[in-house]
Amino acid sequence: MSTVQHGSTVATGHERRAISLFQHDIVRRALVDSLKKLDPRVQIRNPVMFVVEVGSVITTVTWLIQVFGGKPLGGGYEPAWYTLVISAWLWLTVIFANMAEAFAEGRGRAQADTLRAMRKETVARLADGSTKRASELMRGDVVVVEAGELIPGDGTVIEGIATVDESAITGESAPVIRESGGDRSAVTGGTRVTSDRIVVEITQEPGKSFLDRMIALVEGAERRKTPNEIALNILLAALTLIFIVVVAALRPMGLFAHTAISETTLISLLVALIPTTIGALLSAIGIAGMDRLVRRNVLALSGRAVEASGDVDVLLLDKTGTITLGNRQAFQFIPMPGVPESELAEAAQLSSLADETPEGRSIVVLAKQYGIREHDMSQLHAHFIPFTAQTRMSGVDFDGQQLRKGAGDAVIELVESEGGQAPPELNEQLDRIGREGGTPLAVARDSQVLGVVYLKDTIKEGMKERFDQLRAMGIKTIMITGDNKLTAAKIAQESGVDDFLAEATPEAKLELIREQQADGRLVAMTGDGTNDAPALAQADVGVAMNTGTQAAREAGNMVDLDSNPTKLIEIVEVGKQLLITRGALTTFSIANDIAKYFAILPAIFISTYAAGAGGEGPLHVLNIMGLGSPRSAVISAIVFNAIVIPLLIPLSLRGVRYRPIGATALLRRNLLIYGLGGIIAPFIGIKLIDLLVHNLLGA
Amino acid sequence: MGQGWLQIVIFLVVLVALTPLLGSYMARVYTGETVMLERVLGPVERLLYRLFAVTVSDGQDWKRYARSMIVFSLFAWLAMYLILRTQTIHPWSNYLGKTFHSGTWDVTFNTVSSFITNTNWQYYGGETTLTYFSQMMGMTVENFVSAAVGIAVLVAMIRGIVSRSGSSLGNFWQDLVRTILYILLPLSVIVTILLVSQGVIQDLSHYTTVHTLAGGEQTLAQGPVASQIAIKQLGTNGGGFFNTNSAYPFENATPFSNFIEMLSIILIPAALVYMYGKMVGSRRQGWAIFAAMAVLYVAGIAVSYQAEQHGTPAQHAAGVSTRAISGSSGGNLEGKEQRNGVVNSALWATTTTVTSNGSVNASLESFTGLGGAVPIANLGMSEVVFGGVGSGLYGMLVFVLLAVFLGGLMVGRTPEYLGKKIGAREIKLVSLAALATPLIALATAAASVASAAGRASIFAKGPQGFSESLYAYMSQANNNGSAFAGYTGYIQPNPGNLGAHGVKFADIVGGLTMMSARFIPILLVLAIGGALAGKKVTPAGPGTMRTDTPTFVALLVAVVILVGALTFFPAILLGPVVQSLSTHLF
Repeated sequence: MSTVQHGSTVATGHERRAISLFQHDIVRRALVDSLKKLDPRVQIRNPVMFVVEVGSVITTVTWLIQVFGGKPLGGGYEPAWYTLVISAWLWLTVIFANMAEAFAEGRGRAQADTLRAMRKETVARLADGSTKRASELMRGDVVVVEAGELIPGDGTVIEGIATVDESAITGESAPVIRESGGDRSAVTGGTRVTSDRIVVEITQEPGKSFLDRMIALVEGAERRKTPNEIALNILLAALTLIFIVVVAALRPMGLFAHTAISETTLISLLVALIPTTIGALLSAIGIAGMDRLVRRNVLALSGRAVEASGDVDVLLLDKTGTITLGNRQAFQFIPMPGVPESELAEAAQLSSLADETPEGRSIVVLAKQYGIREHDMSQLHAHFIPFTAQTRMSGVDFDGQQLRKGAGDAVIELVESEGGQAPPELNEQLDRIGREGGTPLAVARDSQVLGVVYLKDTIKEGMKERFDQLRAMGIKTIMITGDNKLTAAKIAQESGVDDFLAEATPEAKLELIREQQADGRLVAMTGDGTNDAPALAQADVGVAMNTGTQAAREAGNMVDLDSNPTKLIEIVEVGKQLLITRGALTTFSIANDIAKYFAILPAIFISTYAAGAGGEGPLHVLNIMGLGSPRSAVISAIVFNAIVIPLLIPLSLRGVRYRPIGATALLRRNLLIYGLGGIIAPFIGIKLIDLLVHNLLGA
Repeated sequence: MGQGWLQIVIFLVVLVALTPLLGSYMARVYTGETVMLERVLGPVERLLYRLFAVTVSDGQDWKRYARSMIVFSLFAWLAMYLILRTQTIHPWSNYLGKTFHSGTWDVTFNTVSSFITNTNWQYYGGETTLTYFSQMMGMTVENFVSAAVGIAVLVAMIRGIVSRSGSSLGNFWQDLVRTILYILLPLSVIVTILLVSQGVIQDLSHYTTVHTLAGGEQTLAQGPVASQIAIKQLGTNGGGFFNTNSAYPFENATPFSNFIEMLSIILIPAALVYMYGKMVGSRRQGWAIFAAMAVLYVAGIAVSYQAEQHGTPAQHAAGVSTRAISGSSGGNLEGKEQRNGVVNSALWATTTTVTSNGSVNASLESFTGLGGAVPIANLGMSEVVFGGVGSGLYGMLVFVLLAVFLGGLMVGRTPEYLGKKIGAREIKLVSLAALATPLIALATAAASVASAAGRASIFAKGPQGFSESLYAYMSQANNNGSAFAGYTGYIQPNPGNLGAHGVKFADIVGGLTMMSARFIPILLVLAIGGALAGKKVTPAGPGTMRTDTPTFVALLVAVVILVGALTFFPAILLGPVVQSLSTHLF
């Protein structure tokens, strides 16, 4: 597991990709697309809007028949201008719906164009000296890249260290270090090496690079309906079906009451009733959700993952770099009885010389204060023992001595296996430092424990508030750390995290995820190391850091280009926003129907059971909005129904704000705004339109 | 007025007090706990299993459960049809010594479909059409089994909601037998005894001819009434022994029998809601659904009572006094028994139409426009306000799932109910189940006014005639069985079926309406149970939408009203609404 985080660690993703909704070329392209999407083969995928389109066609045909002096279908006299107006607004309704989708797609496409420009054809130099076109590189090819050159494909650095400018993908201008081995070995095709030389083993198949996937994703080419979107679509189709029956039944029922209703008015009623608002905006909401993630520099590799992130119950967070600043600093050397402090300092320094982690460097820095000079590694003929998750120690062998530093229990075990015995003071110190929230590193030479290095870790600012926020969202946070239980408990308490997993191995982490999932919880986690890969794959939402290894990036279902582990909180918010927006607009759409009934039905039945011919019947009192005339009432309802779509495009692209105020309070709030509001708004809207249509246009 | 409200309050208090008692008893019956009655009836239960040749320990998945239910219902249908069509050979065929003939095939088709579906829509008059044998072996038996089928389906669905592993929804035969033996039978015995004590008749005597005070002659029908009335009310069946149903003193003799019958109508549906809470392990969940139902129920009672007490605009225009005077409750007394008065007629009418019972003690057709709109509105809400035994709650659970889907999205999680995710398959079944009944009702009502064959059944003119027709198909599609009298499906010039003929459209379309509106939702509900069975349960947290809060109750009430209102608003405009807005008498 990595203890180091590279790249930007700003808490909020920069929105460099923000593209204004009304950018000129996007608007133009969206307009063209919304006409292209009138193709019935496209519309049939959206049953609600397909019904509207069929209605548009029928009313247009009716109008044409009227223009050429024929008798329109069905009964009920309506003048040709009325049929034309209704027909035109029905077409507009379909076009507005197409426009919503086209706008959402347009923004993604603009981003894809930028990315595509990066996909320049380069010639790759293979390690064996031959050359190959970058697009023909196969998995397993080994290429050499030098300063100033573009990396020809995704791969893993197998030799060398270099700085790489990844701004094309991440937007982060500062170059990052990529080196062989460890957790920052992955390089992405299309990024540029700015210094030194690396040898890269290609890990992608031709045409399936990270960049290719990214383009496909933001463009929506691979967009498939997500499970919840499918479920909602079924509900909308069912509602449409029932309204078709309601409207079809109205004709014979009307005739029984001696009221003939024209085809045009019946179709208007149908379109007004079926959930066109949500039907029109549903796919735009989904696309916009992906897009909002992209703007936060997160690439969701499937829409399903975005949806799932709204459902996350448990968040696994690495302690280091996420909850704490990550650079634990050596703070104090605590020698065992009988060991001079300088001896401990020197041993600690020697064992840390090859340790490039910030902890290791901080030990060297602290040792300087004890007057220990830096040793030249090559003169020592030392053999370095790197840290592994299994041994939980690192160190150096030279001059027949074994110097080791590492986790207390690991060092004690080592010392005992060498025939030595740890002094009782060691455990005292280990416990004390642990309790204080520090990290103790025991230092040993062969069978003798020399002392303890006290590492202090600082908790990032604002973490407590974030965890409170997560708790309010109903998400439990579990801190994952390789530290011992005492240290973990202390930091967990200070940072406000709900639970922790101490002395974590990759296996323990995977086991924890499985346990949580078996209890029915959805688990999200971030990771970057190769040994995170199994856990990333197991988690429901696995966010791989872009700085991480290729294995991690392939295991997760999202990649965070900023490599910022706290981004998960924003990802969850985007997922929730997506679902809330769908629910809110569905509720709004259905609630609107009440006002539409009160507009259209009195218009239809104004003279039903009237005392005298042409007079007003008893049902005219239902015209509670006081709409000017029956025709104006129907037109106003249809106009309202149509223009509410473009009015709600910004909301559906931006998403309804999520507030972590608890589910019941949130439900109450959204029911009031979108339910009650959805009942009231159209009464006002239709009345206003009627004032215009009836008084100004004389309908 | 005040006394009327007091009666309503007393009724509701007794109902709420009995709900948990019966509810927890029923929960024990279905969760396999031993109930006291098993000591007596256990051998009968085991004997019946041997008779059916079933091993009840075998759980059935939803498909096998549904298959057993269909096989059983089909068998019950055929048996009853056979009984009703062989009346000439029945014993106790004693209508003044004359032979009862069988009803025509079309009206029998309608009647059998009606009883098998727990509807009890009656195109026939019981005392003039059916033998005692048909009443006892046909009607009464079906009253038991159709009620038991409804409850069994509900219990199966609940098991699906609760189950965390496997696909079993229980065993249909076991649920059927235990429902009848341990719930319906003992309650029926109690209610029968109470009714007999009040003077409801129970005999196999000849019809009696009496000389009236006015010097005329009247035939008083007799029969084993009390036992059939008990299950007619308890099983939300509603089919009267007599044509005038519970308005007739031999079915409903005293204010106390009236009270007992009203209570019997709604007791099991109410107790099932409590049982649900117990079975899902949270009584709050049960009470939340109960609250949503109660809100709609009490609102219906209030509107109906107020409207009937106030009278119609037409009555006022004609100068008819509707004020209460000594000895009369006042109000709109047309079509009401003076002894029941306005309050008990309004309370009964609301109770019988929220539950899909359909028995009446007053003529719904004679209710005021608004008062008559209450039964129609209750039918429009798909009988989920307490509703029929079993069917009411499984219908309401469908609406709960619908509300959960909408509300769940609005709290930012993919919807889940009691920890189970509501996905595409569930929502597909839920949408179909929620919309099947309104869809069938609307389509058949429209067909009935659109065709000459359908209009032949209508008695009144204008909106009243429309209401008759609309009500007939809404009632049959909701398996209710109450009617705006006047809608005719059987013409019987003489008692005993001689020379009678059915109205084919009304009989056949009606029969098909009842069957499809009963069994399509049942299959969908079982499929929902099957889809939920064995699903993983996500533990609830602060981010989970709770379904036991007042907010959810409000959402649920809104969804039920909205689906009903959006579907039936135009139709209701053309019937009761026109009427209540018009001073014209139709």
